[in-house]
Amino acid sequence: MFIFSFINDQILKMVWLSDLVTWLLGDLFKFNLDGKFGSSLHFFIYDTVKIMILLAVLIYFVSYIQSYFPPERTKKIIGRFNGITANLLGALLGTVTPFCSCSSIPLFIGFTNAGLPVGVTFSFLVSSPLVDLASVLLLASIFNWRIAIAYVLFGILLAVVSGTLLSYLKVERYVAPYVYGLGSADFEPDAMTRKERHSFAIGQVKEIVNKVWLYILIGVSIGALIHNVIPESVITALLGQDKWYSVPLATLVGIPMYADIFGTLPIAEALVSRGIGIGTALAFMMAVTALSLPSMILLKKVVQTRLLLIFVAIVSIGILTIGFIFNAFGYLLI
Amino acid sequence: MTIKVLGTGCDKCKKLEKHTQQAVEELGLEATVEKVEDIGKIIGYGVMQTPALVVDEKVRSTGKLLTVEEVKAILL
Repeated sequence: MFIFSFINDQILKMVWLSDLVTWLLGDLFKFNLDGKFGSSLHFFIYDTVKIMILLAVLIYFVSYIQSYFPPERTKKIIGRFNGITANLLGALLGTVTPFCSCSSIPLFIGFTNAGLPVGVTFSFLVSSPLVDLASVLLLASIFNWRIAIAYVLFGILLAVVSGTLLSYLKVERYVAPYVYGLGSADFEPDAMTRKERHSFAIGQVKEIVNKVWLYILIGVSIGALIHNVIPESVITALLGQDKWYSVPLATLVGIPMYADIFGTLPIAEALVSRGIGIGTALAFMMAVTALSLPSMILLKKVVQTRLLLIFVAIVSIGILTIGFIFNAFGYLLI
Repeated sequence: MTIKVLGTGCDKCKKLEKHTQQAVEELGLEATVEKVEDIGKIIGYGVMQTPALVVDEKVRSTGKLLTVEEVKAILL
């Protein structure tokens, strides 16, 4: 138990880093860390450095695992199953298949052409940005393990339920006809050597850090503002636990935002520290990551707007439900 | 040798095209480098992650921005 709590506090939560920043700012530069400016500065430096370090290390290991699951292979695995099992598998493999929104069109066409139901493909497309191994560890670092595990379970549930509902609504008729006309070869990439996996993982770290550092800085800056500058009364008036509209408001704000889960975490962290319900914070994070405007615009090339609207409606209702459930039972998790 | 870089026009795809061209020059190969942007053709190769590198109609790499050295290793 001692070893676990040591690893959890020092490696995952980086208590040493917090102490170091406290020492630097408080003892060396004589900032008043109880004051608004000092504590915001502490939050900013500590969170930025912590997320960057965790991000780089986690992406490396996660990418190494992901190199075993190229989408071409995922497609074949899912193709062997039907019904809700296929949705569940799509959601689960979505968490380990490397995916960037710029590949969503070839992926969508590839899956559909292989005969996978559109609902299964959407299960994959929901879970892939929403739940990945790196985000689980980051949630455990910033909040705790119970919240991280609950997030994963509900994230996968959301992916399975929304995909299953889409299958039930027979949304195949809303797919652009030309998608079915494209012939697709069965291509299985060669197995990678250990060296290739390493170079793939290093490449992913560089690429993702390059892509998200700005989001993280913006996220942490907003977090620092929420943390100390914006008065608590304003925050609780808008998003307080007793306000029924806090979850819908957080979801609505989150949907058009496009950021990585890594950028939204510091905002959620700061919100929770100011007394916002955990359900409200999670709803915000899920809305930002699962529903993003750029990937909707891309998907419009292969499906009709009606299908996208149904999809957004189902996922939004799912996120709202999760938010309300977490706000009602969140005290069990903290 | 016919080399094709498959990609829908994202940043990584353009970089891979550049790296490939550079690799061809440095190796002094007689090869044409062609950029394939048509999604139907990309799917035709069974590729689901761009950018991809196709050498003499064979898919050699997908979903990865190869370095010049890595492209060279594939071409040799």
